[in-house]
Amino acid sequence: MTSAENERGGRGGLGRASFWDRLFASDHVAGWLFVSPAVVLIGLFGAAPIVWSLIISFQRNSLDTSGVWIGLANYRHLMHDPAFAASVRRTIVYTVLFVPITLFSAMAVAVALNRRLHGMRFYRTAVFAPVVTSTVATAIMFSWLLDPYFGIINLFLNKLGGPSQGFFQDPSQALYCIVLVTVWGWLGFAVVIYLAALQGIPRELLEAAEIDGATRWRAFWRVQFPLLGPTTLFLVVWLSINALQEFDEIYVITHGGPLASTTVVVYYLFQQAFAFFDAGYATAIAYVVFLGILALTVVQLLLGRKLVHYRS
Amino acid sequence: MGDDRQTQQVSAAVSAAGSTGTLELGGGLRPGDLAAKRRWAPSWWHLVLIPLAVVMLFPFFWLVVTSFQTLAQSRTFGLHFAFQWHNYVDAWTQAPFGRWLFNTTLVSVTVVISNLVFCSLAGYALARMRFFGNGALFLVILATLMVPFQVVMVPTLLIVRSLGLVDTLPALMAPNLVTPFGVFMLRQFFRTMPVEIEEAARIDGAGRLGTLFKVVMPSMRAPLATVGIMTLLWTWNDFLWPLIVIQSEKNYTLQLGLMSFQGAHNINWPLVMAATVMTQIPMLAIFVLAQRWFVQSLATQGLKG
Repeated sequence: MTSAENERGGRGGLGRASFWDRLFASDHVAGWLFVSPAVVLIGLFGAAPIVWSLIISFQRNSLDTSGVWIGLANYRHLMHDPAFAASVRRTIVYTVLFVPITLFSAMAVAVALNRRLHGMRFYRTAVFAPVVTSTVATAIMFSWLLDPYFGIINLFLNKLGGPSQGFFQDPSQALYCIVLVTVWGWLGFAVVIYLAALQGIPRELLEAAEIDGATRWRAFWRVQFPLLGPTTLFLVVWLSINALQEFDEIYVITHGGPLASTTVVVYYLFQQAFAFFDAGYATAIAYVVFLGILALTVVQLLLGRKLVHYRS
Repeated sequence: MGDDRQTQQVSAAVSAAGSTGTLELGGGLRPGDLAAKRRWAPSWWHLVLIPLAVVMLFPFFWLVVTSFQTLAQSRTFGLHFAFQWHNYVDAWTQAPFGRWLFNTTLVSVTVVISNLVFCSLAGYALARMRFFGNGALFLVILATLMVPFQVVMVPTLLIVRSLGLVDTLPALMAPNLVTPFGVFMLRQFFRTMPVEIEEAARIDGAGRLGTLFKVVMPSMRAPLATVGIMTLLWTWNDFLWPLIVIQSEKNYTLQLGLMSFQGAHNINWPLVMAATVMTQIPMLAIFVLAQRWFVQSLATQGLKG
């Protein structure tokens, strides 16, 4: 097709431009054609399940038969379910530890990595490698490192004169060990984000601070740290969202045990749906978790807006 | 959610994303650097960085060491080093890792390609064309982006079952063929592109698809790499969805297979470690080869916030 023909077709049909050319020239037609695969697939697997999930949460639903409408019974059950309350408490403990530990170690590591040194490529690879390691592999590696009987960490502890620990097999330690594993797995991601932000800070700002007589330490806290505010806010939100959904490592290492000490809320939900086949109750939990995440995110963003300094 | 705020976020994301284009993530010395003249100049920072690297790499180190141990060594408390390959041979013959590698590759490659094509189409239309329902559609996609998988996993399973796909590889692909993340990401990037080039191409007679794939896409390498790499990483390492939808061993992904292998051989740690090494090598190898792109993609993902 020559340019002249197409141009005429595109302008709405002088001469030989075919019916299809003219149709396709309309933004309405072409736009919907372009988005239709996405609309069908996201509609079917993204949007429809959100609504359907809400409907199921008002049903007694065993996954096999069509559900029976029971109104708010699942939500009422939830309010008086001590196991659910306990799983929420564990999730909060996990999140309150995981997010700040990851955040502060990532900031420190990013500052250490943000310089030109021989061997820097190696250091950075070491920090980033866990990001591409699967959660299952991470879980397996750590359950061996922290094995109470033959694990090497207990060997080190003994050499240092300490007693062997139960780690994942000790109800009072298991959840904290899960925090450790997931911090190792997520650190690289947070470091990448901080590094990108640090490198976006103009060098002149730091140099100006140093000329004014500030030490490196003071210059970091007075210049770089405030400028990292938006990044920190993003990471707090993002890490919290993911912490509240922690599942993989717990499933592989502890199966929620010992004595349910690592049964966080999403693990509890999974049990309800796929071990006890109470899909109605599971989706009710899922919706409550979702609303919790949403509320927490809004609070974090509102607080962040007050605390965080944005460069214009 | 007001459209104003969205536009603000968009422009913030755009300006932030623009700055990643110049990210220096290698961190090595450039030939011209002053410090490079003093090669191996000592720095106190190594005293911080070496322990850090040791902590981060030790799990990998011990994984590999154990994978070469004998069973007897692993069951004697202490530091043992051996070098015998048969754990790898045993693991490979005792479970269909080759099959699982094939399944995972097939699913991941399909999902990545489908995302690149369909998210580009949708992102381009949402960014450039004024069609009826454009704004509403974008809001729906944003909403699905924010909903955690746990909320939708039960109905998604029911939908996949009513399509007759439970326990098949297409069940692993279907829900991820077009991700809201990909559409969102690419829409934002298309909006940062100057529209003049496309208009010129259209005037020169290129059709809409031709404009998109021949004129626009070649300048979209960075965002396409981001969507491709993030999708690959998620699909390759995904665990919860395969766990729910796959039952028979022949349809396992690598991660699911590794989990079941560990469950079946959990007293034989050297064997499990050999299997773990084997399942992680493909992604780690891609990461080492394309580290710059991986890091860039992760950074871009962060900056969309």
